[in-house]
Amino acid sequence: MQSSDKKQNQGDSRRDFLKKSSLITAIALTPSVAVKAAESQADERFAELFEKIPLNLTVNNKPYTTSIEPRVTLLDYLREELHLTGTKKGCDHGQCGACTVHVDGERVNSCLSLAVMNEGKKVTTIEGLANGEELHPMQAAFIKHDGFQCGYCTPGQIMSAVACVNEGHTGSRAEISEYMSGNICRCGAYPNIVDAIVEVSKGGVKA
Amino acid sequence: MINFQYLRTTTAKSAIALLLKDKNSKFIAGGTNLIDLMKRGVTAPDKLIDINHVPLKNIEQVGNNIIIGALASNTAVAENALIKDKLPLLAMALNAGASAQLRNVATVGGNMMQRTRCGYFYDTEMPCNKRTPGSGCGAIGGFNRMHAIFGTSENCIAVHPSDMCIALIALDTTVVLANAKGERKILFKDFHRLAGDTPQLDNNLKPDEMIIRLEIPVNNLSKNSHYTKVRDRASYAFALISVAVGLEIVNNKITDVRLAMGGVAHKPWRLTESENFLKGKEATLENFEQAAKLAMKDAKGFGENDFKLKMAPNSIIEALTVAKSKA
Repeated sequence: MQSSDKKQNQGDSRRDFLKKSSLITAIALTPSVAVKAAESQADERFAELFEKIPLNLTVNNKPYTTSIEPRVTLLDYLREELHLTGTKKGCDHGQCGACTVHVDGERVNSCLSLAVMNEGKKVTTIEGLANGEELHPMQAAFIKHDGFQCGYCTPGQIMSAVACVNEGHTGSRAEISEYMSGNICRCGAYPNIVDAIVEVSKGGVKA
Repeated sequence: MINFQYLRTTTAKSAIALLLKDKNSKFIAGGTNLIDLMKRGVTAPDKLIDINHVPLKNIEQVGNNIIIGALASNTAVAENALIKDKLPLLAMALNAGASAQLRNVATVGGNMMQRTRCGYFYDTEMPCNKRTPGSGCGAIGGFNRMHAIFGTSENCIAVHPSDMCIALIALDTTVVLANAKGERKILFKDFHRLAGDTPQLDNNLKPDEMIIRLEIPVNNLSKNSHYTKVRDRASYAFALISVAVGLEIVNNKITDVRLAMGGVAHKPWRLTESENFLKGKEATLENFEQAAKLAMKDAKGFGENDFKLKMAPNSIIEALTVAKSKA
């Protein structure tokens, strides 16, 4: 998966080349589709298949307009096109939670969402949490409680933790653990992560 | 992921019309299973029809039925006050499944349509009759620790993965489907299929149909309901065994009972014989043990999953005991 056309409007020749090259890639990858197309001489169909779709969405309070292949996930769009690399690609299959972002205020796995399905929506990533140089209380709490070791899962953990507090699933340490189970930490910082969430929930801080 | 055409629609009628136009098209709602399957090359639709904007998210009581729209999210159902009050078994089962992130986008209809998590189905290098009919079953004689013990066939021993569906079959749910001509109703127990000779088919939804809503009759089971899920870690894992129980107990006598199991068959597994045994009997451990024994009558292990032959009856007894204790 990739967002193959980062810079647009570079003239027809580049666009044509990309169309052809993606067609060649498609033939290499999908003999069945290629054979089908060849049989019906469906050049138009290929053009249609690889057409980009217009997309408008707001990321961290900033509006973006682009056009994008339907197969690009929200995660790849954020990282590859907007260069918001705080959101991490862990498993890319919805099993680890490293890619967690907020869409219209709710936490989701951005690796299992097509960017085009988020038309008109408001996305918040880890880059959008702090208020200028002032950390979000959850970010500050993770530092205070040492809620990470290698740090790779941390952006997803923090986005999930903020949502967990907003949802009100912080009644006990057990409830926090249950509602944070979609975020895996291979370093095993779980007790410290729960400490951070407990502190923020007791402070009544909302994102 | 192989690219595809993407279309968006706002009505069920137009969604069904678009589906009819192209044989290799699929609806996408939450996409939490479909996108994963497309990334792994297990499926490659030519066209995705985004139905997220079709207004089918209602959760309400109409007469004696609780109505749940097919596009209500798993979180919306699990957190709904009416569901928590009248159908706590459904809320418990939903919260036992997936993670908060997945439940926020996964829909009721999509949950019913999710494919098995059998490793051979997901690995396109391996034989799998469900993915490629006629290629064989890797799980029979292979790694089959997660696999079925009831209703298996020589073609497939995969299990249905949902938690929600185990509660829905226990709750006597009806599914409302629509095609271009109109609606039809099907009992939830008849929605999913056993593998038989057609393991590629998970359910009886026809290629021109769309899931519209569920209808669940209100009952007197809410006080003594429980969903037990046994899995490899405390949360966020598919069931080895799960049990949905609803009891109505009057003077320690069972006047109504629902029992269903997950992680054991190609479809949600209702324990009708055990229910019939328990009806009218006292809610005692001895009767629970007898009900569990009856449930296991036709069970068959495949080697690595033989432990389920003991874990399943124990889980039934545990679930019944916990449900009873809530009185």
